[in-house]
Amino acid sequence: MSLAKRIIPCLDVDAGRVVKGVNFVGIRDAGDPVEIAKRYNQQGADEITFLDITASHEDRDTTVEMVERIAGEVFIPLTVGGGIRRCDDIRTMLNAGADKISINTAAVTNPDFVREAAERFGSQCIVVAIDAKRVSADGELPRWEIFTHGGRRPTGLDAVEWARKMVDYGAGELLLTSMDRDGTKAGFDLGVTRAISDAVEVPVIASGGVGNLDHLVAGVKDGGADAVLAASIFHFGEYTIPDAKRYMAEHGIEMRL
Amino acid sequence: MTIAVIDYGMGNLHSVAKALEHVTHENVLVTRDPRSIRGASRLVLPGQGAIRDCMGELQRTELEGLVKDLLEEQGKPLLGICVGQQMLFERSEENGGIDCLGFLPGRVRHFGHHLTGPDGERLKVPHMGWNRVVQHHEHPLWNGIEDGARFYFVHSYYVEAAADADIFGTTDYAGVNAHVVTGRGTVFAVQFHPEKSARDGLQLLENFVNWAP
Repeated sequence: MSLAKRIIPCLDVDAGRVVKGVNFVGIRDAGDPVEIAKRYNQQGADEITFLDITASHEDRDTTVEMVERIAGEVFIPLTVGGGIRRCDDIRTMLNAGADKISINTAAVTNPDFVREAAERFGSQCIVVAIDAKRVSADGELPRWEIFTHGGRRPTGLDAVEWARKMVDYGAGELLLTSMDRDGTKAGFDLGVTRAISDAVEVPVIASGGVGNLDHLVAGVKDGGADAVLAASIFHFGEYTIPDAKRYMAEHGIEMRL
Repeated sequence: MTIAVIDYGMGNLHSVAKALEHVTHENVLVTRDPRSIRGASRLVLPGQGAIRDCMGELQRTELEGLVKDLLEEQGKPLLGICVGQQMLFERSEENGGIDCLGFLPGRVRHFGHHLTGPDGERLKVPHMGWNRVVQHHEHPLWNGIEDGARFYFVHSYYVEAAADADIFGTTDYAGVNAHVVTGRGTVFAVQFHPEKSARDGLQLLENFVNWAP
């Protein structure tokens, strides 16, 4: 096995600035997306994910311009998500230089959109973002549900079933975020990561809750994730990408060093 | 001097064009105009998505004949990328079996389903991420790139070339030794995405731009 596990720094961008919320509220400014993307590229990030978290109409053009600027300077895969609702949105972002497009809410409100997007652009560039929250009580058989609107709105959809369905519809990769953990620094929800990773054939990116490097190791070793995504531990300089890669490699994980 | 990225309607051509522009001052043109393609000094044949759609679009845009002629003429360097590599072979087992350009002997196969690694972990398909490429024969496009360097892949099907002389690089995945770099004469083709493979990918593109076969 020589395929490396991936580290993906995530830029949550609001009105042209990288921010990071705690449980999606309470926002801290981390800087200019293009500069940050370049820094991560120089550090050896395996991919970059750019999530437009406002996705309001006015900021759309800013996002496209940012994606263009990043894609012109950073030659590693770039995933763009946030507010992607129509095939035209996908076309715009691919033309701007995105390599993969992450679909979140629109997949829940209109699952056929995922099928249409995969047929038109190919599964290789369609990532479905799954925001899951644990709904079972302690002691019960664990169960997770899909939530939308930044974790505020339940859908009643079982997360594992949903993951299988999205892959059937053509998702080439899943970006799984634990809404209980996001921004908490308490580590990934390894239960849901393992359950979904075992349930589907496509790669799974674990996200939500990274607070230290052991969490990244656990995401791969215990969660079965193919890639780990983190934001704040990198943005605020607690760890660099090379720190994380070395640490994971020391724990027996194949990495691109 | 113009590098033409052949735009037959499949694949993310912007990334390839942007990366080429980063390594050369030559004019990079994304085009489906037969005269521009003929007139270019170098060609890039990209490809993404299902091979049925790629071959179908190549036929629909009436570029298949031109691409076949250019391959046979061996008049200028051509770089195939991803499905652009696969299409050079005789046949792919994707989409129930699809005839391809037949420039090189060999076929395109699927990695398979329900694969597990040596430790019992589930192996994912597509093969997505950074994997090592072992250089099989020397080639000017390997200049400045270490043997075993990692490149970025996204694919579920892989090339199995019939002639050893056509194989320039291999990658192990899921128990398969995939022929991820192949070529002959003025043609060089890679399964991975050099335009997304950071420094080594850009080096390969620069080598292509400087290649004088």
